[in-house]
Amino acid sequence: MASDKLTIGITGLNAHDNPGPGVAVARALKDAYGENIRLIGLAYEALEPGIYMDKLIDHTYRIPYPAAGSTVLLERLLEINQTAGFDLVIPNFDAELANFIKISPRLVAEGIKTYLPTAEQLAARDKTRLNEFAVEYGFKVPEYINLYNAGDVKGAAEKLGYPLFIKGKYYEAQLADNDDEAKKIFYDISNRWGLPVIAQQYVKGIEINVAGLGDGKGNLISAVPMRKLYITDKGKAWAGVTIEDEGLITLAGRFAKALQWKGGFELEIIKDSRENFNIIEINPRFPAWVYLTAVCGQNQPTALVKMAMGEAVEPFTGYESGKMFIRYSWDEVIDIARFQQFSAFGEI
Amino acid sequence: MKLKKNIATSENGFIFNPSTGDSFSANAIAAEILSELKNGKTEKEIKGGILERYEVRPEQLDRDWEDWLIQLKEANLLEL
Repeated sequence: MASDKLTIGITGLNAHDNPGPGVAVARALKDAYGENIRLIGLAYEALEPGIYMDKLIDHTYRIPYPAAGSTVLLERLLEINQTAGFDLVIPNFDAELANFIKISPRLVAEGIKTYLPTAEQLAARDKTRLNEFAVEYGFKVPEYINLYNAGDVKGAAEKLGYPLFIKGKYYEAQLADNDDEAKKIFYDISNRWGLPVIAQQYVKGIEINVAGLGDGKGNLISAVPMRKLYITDKGKAWAGVTIEDEGLITLAGRFAKALQWKGGFELEIIKDSRENFNIIEINPRFPAWVYLTAVCGQNQPTALVKMAMGEAVEPFTGYESGKMFIRYSWDEVIDIARFQQFSAFGEI
Repeated sequence: MKLKKNIATSENGFIFNPSTGDSFSANAIAAEILSELKNGKTEKEIKGGILERYEVRPEQLDRDWEDWLIQLKEANLLEL
């Protein structure tokens, strides 16, 4: 049912040990809009915890997996739109972005706004092309080699040395200390995320991520750097603190300008002992810790919504350093009938 | 010797470096010295105060001070 409230579709409700950003985006938006917003979850699986977080997500619909393609996604979103009445959709997964970008003109024609980079911008920061990106725009990235079969591991290791990171093209990274480990991880990750798998040089240093927002015209609207304080075995920050570093803000500004980036992004950086910022990954969407930007003074999801809805948003000029997040697990208890409702009917 | 301007300290000895995200715990006397440094006191003034308030020989204080200085440098808390 169409609503007078701002109605926004959000993906990435998988708030588990390798969390999607959807729940954090929802929380940031609820902080800013309170009861004046209706958040519609768009979920792939019935066990995505965000589906059942009633204080954040008002209603959830199942959408087809990215592998099903953009046509099926468009059909489903337009079907949902008949009852949900979207003003805007915010996709939060790397793997689904290409489809959303492709159908964006059709969504806009139906009155559903988006705030996304172009397909070219998305491709330019791809993990498998990070070196071309670095050379073209003058960023420092660790050396890496794309692996297309397990036999490529040996050659990559000879060039990069151990330890080295073996990474999926969309998600996951594991550190390998020898050929056997690297091959095992290669098989594991290629089974989940396909080829190529990436072997990336290990750089020792401080792990810092920057959550950012670009306006698509080369302007950086927001950038908040966070030092990881506790890192899970999947390499995810389980606790972190906002830090002050003008160099990191400049770096984020250079990225937004270089690619004319439109939307949320995250720079994953290792600051080495020589104080170089080594970009190890550029994520084309908000990070799962994006709620921290809201509490330290730069509510990035809300700024994105405002810009998507046509409001002028001035670049933020400050934020509070020393704000920490500490992630925790929480047992959301629901009646199984709700799970069954979503599983059987794709809607709750 | 000068603490970096943006270093945050609290009365209970918590030290936070907002440039790096590093945090440290200082004992009571270290917290006291940090507070005095932040308030602009010189090394000589601080050492004089310590010698007045505590039973410590000047040579011992100098040695401890040097050790502490190394720790502060390693922790990246001092202006270069």
